Amino acid sequence: MNKPETISQSTAPDEPKLQLPTIKTMAAQAEGGLQGAAAPSVPSVIRNFLQAKSSGRMADGAFATVMVVCGLSIFAIVLLIVFVLVSNSRLSIHAFGWKFFATQTWDPVSGDFGALPFIYGTVVSSLLAVLMAVPLALAVSIFLLDICPKFLRGPISFLTELLAAIPSVVYGLWGVFVLVPIIRDQVGPLLEKYLGWTGLFVEPNFGVGMFTASVILAIMIFPVISSISRDVMRAVPVNQREAVLALGATRWEMLRIGVLRNARMGIVGSVILGLGRALGETIAVTMVIGNHPGIVKNLFAPGYTLASVIANEFTEATGDLYLSALIEIGLALFLVTIVVNAIARLLVWAVVRGNPGSAH
Amino acid sequence: MKTKILSLVTMTAMAATVATAAAQHLTGAGGTFPNPIYQRWFTEYSASHPGVQINYQSVGSGAGIRQISQGIVDFGASDGPMTDKQLADSKQKLLHIPTVLGGVVPAYNLPGINAELKFSGDVIADIYLGKITKWNDPRLAKDNPGVNLPSHSILPVYRSDGSGTNYIFTDYLSKMSPTFKQKIGSATSVEWPLGVGQKGNEGVSGMIRNSPYSFGYVELIYAVQNKMLFGLVKNSAGNWIKASTETVSAAAAGAAKNMPADYRVSITNAPGANSFPISSFTWLLIPEPSKDAAKGKVLHDFLEWMLDHGEAEAASMTYAPLPAPVVARVRKTIAQVH
Repeated sequence: MNKPETISQSTAPDEPKLQLPTIKTMAAQAEGGLQGAAAPSVPSVIRNFLQAKSSGRMADGAFATVMVVCGLSIFAIVLLIVFVLVSNSRLSIHAFGWKFFATQTWDPVSGDFGALPFIYGTVVSSLLAVLMAVPLALAVSIFLLDICPKFLRGPISFLTELLAAIPSVVYGLWGVFVLVPIIRDQVGPLLEKYLGWTGLFVEPNFGVGMFTASVILAIMIFPVISSISRDVMRAVPVNQREAVLALGATRWEMLRIGVLRNARMGIVGSVILGLGRALGETIAVTMVIGNHPGIVKNLFAPGYTLASVIANEFTEATGDLYLSALIEIGLALFLVTIVVNAIARLLVWAVVRGNPGSAH
Repeated sequence: MKTKILSLVTMTAMAATVATAAAQHLTGAGGTFPNPIYQRWFTEYSASHPGVQINYQSVGSGAGIRQISQGIVDFGASDGPMTDKQLADSKQKLLHIPTVLGGVVPAYNLPGINAELKFSGDVIADIYLGKITKWNDPRLAKDNPGVNLPSHSILPVYRSDGSGTNYIFTDYLSKMSPTFKQKIGSATSVEWPLGVGQKGNEGVSGMIRNSPYSFGYVELIYAVQNKMLFGLVKNSAGNWIKASTETVSAAAAGAAKNMPADYRVSITNAPGANSFPISSFTWLLIPEPSKDAAKGKVLHDFLEWMLDHGEAEAASMTYAPLPAPVVARVRKTIAQVH
């Protein structure tokens, strides 16, 4: 690796002791000429032992095979899921065709099914949640990285990670008993007063609805985005930041140019991960979204998501077509996840294309 | 000494294995509504009949019907009767055996009003159809003289999860309002034109408790056990009836005369001066004959036991027991179970 004497180690007081080996900045590190893992000066006992065993070639082969099998199993799992979803929703696909994804009726009595309101509810609630969670999560990460006094850093990161570990049904209960009354009685009237003209916040506000569901989702995905983006930002080499500061940048400019810019791939990755959780979240959303299918601009109105309708109706679905339509809803959720992820990746690709290498 | 103990342990274990192998294990699956009393019945029955183990999974009526139709379980259970098509599709012949009854009650939240309000079926239907939107609607006021109803909008709350409760409630409203029958219909899940959906009795009652001026419906058992305030409903004789185990059983007695031989009958809006109109049976689905004769015998013995001992325990768990005329008929039917 690099010669450690080119850079004095004492200039990096904030450098964490442990670098995350998985992060792509290993390469950046090498370029930056920072100290890597110091090469052992004495031959390791373990290495000697392993070399004495001389089964390296076979072990390498076996290891490679196992890794290939593990890697390919991902394809197998995804294909199996698609196969089961498609084969079990055959009846519904046959009966409704593409219209299934474009019609608004969901009538189990007459056997007429369409998934559009559920697709709308899933996409809108998740995107709103990401809109709310990303600024908060990034602000917390930056605060923890650079501004936070040391004695607060531990508790804040611990609590953030604790939020990620709370089961979603607990979030749902908290939503029903705490968040719903707050949104109905305090937040709702304020939003209506100042933002009512947009048509997004119009009475009646029952406390349950698309907006409340998005807030719950935002709280649920915030820890994922925050802790991953913090780790990514921490992995940005300190000398990058120092270089920016040395050019006369302010602290904000340093964070923007030196940290956020370099870490943006990882940050986008964390947002995609959060979005994935929001799209598939079931029980907490079911408890606060109001479970009424419809496509309306008003965010106070109740909505319905793909995952919620499966959770609500699967156990008591009796007819074959009804059951098949519910499984096609599962297929729709799968497709929505793929499409949303693809769009997010395209976006990243479009942004990064212009200046290659800067983030890697 | 040590080996002796060890061999003793092994022998005991072996003996236990042999005993279990000889025992009868039955598995059933179906509705969640009767789950508490079924669990109690099956535990008591297993305790008093050594060697018999009956396991019930409350996976939902729809799943129960599917599993018994395909012969995956030994018996099924459902909160709504199977349709002719479902019976025709079933791989084995199935008997409907009514076990207990349940009711659905209207619940509401009107700040400052602690009176038991009265609702007739067509008024409830029009609330869910959006034709009655204010609490002081003339039709509500006419049924509730002396109550100072507010001029506030009604927030209708419904069960979003597929459930027997939905089936009973929509079945009743379809009988009371032709428009409801035509626009919404009856099923375990329906397309509600307006309102807010919540999952489970707890979701609906929580929403009603938290939202002033809301209206909804919950199972009688849930309302009683949680000491909720609920309304009276007008029955087919024109009387205002408060739901209770007695008035729900009365509905079954009132419907007994015109009951078909296979018990697949809706007893909503049943005749009888004291009948609560939003009532329904819940059924066990018993294969006839059973694939395994020994299991068929266990089912037969259990059903006898249920009529002799089980029904007496129903009321203490707020389930309405079968009335005497229905018990007499069911006793004849289960003679066929073997």
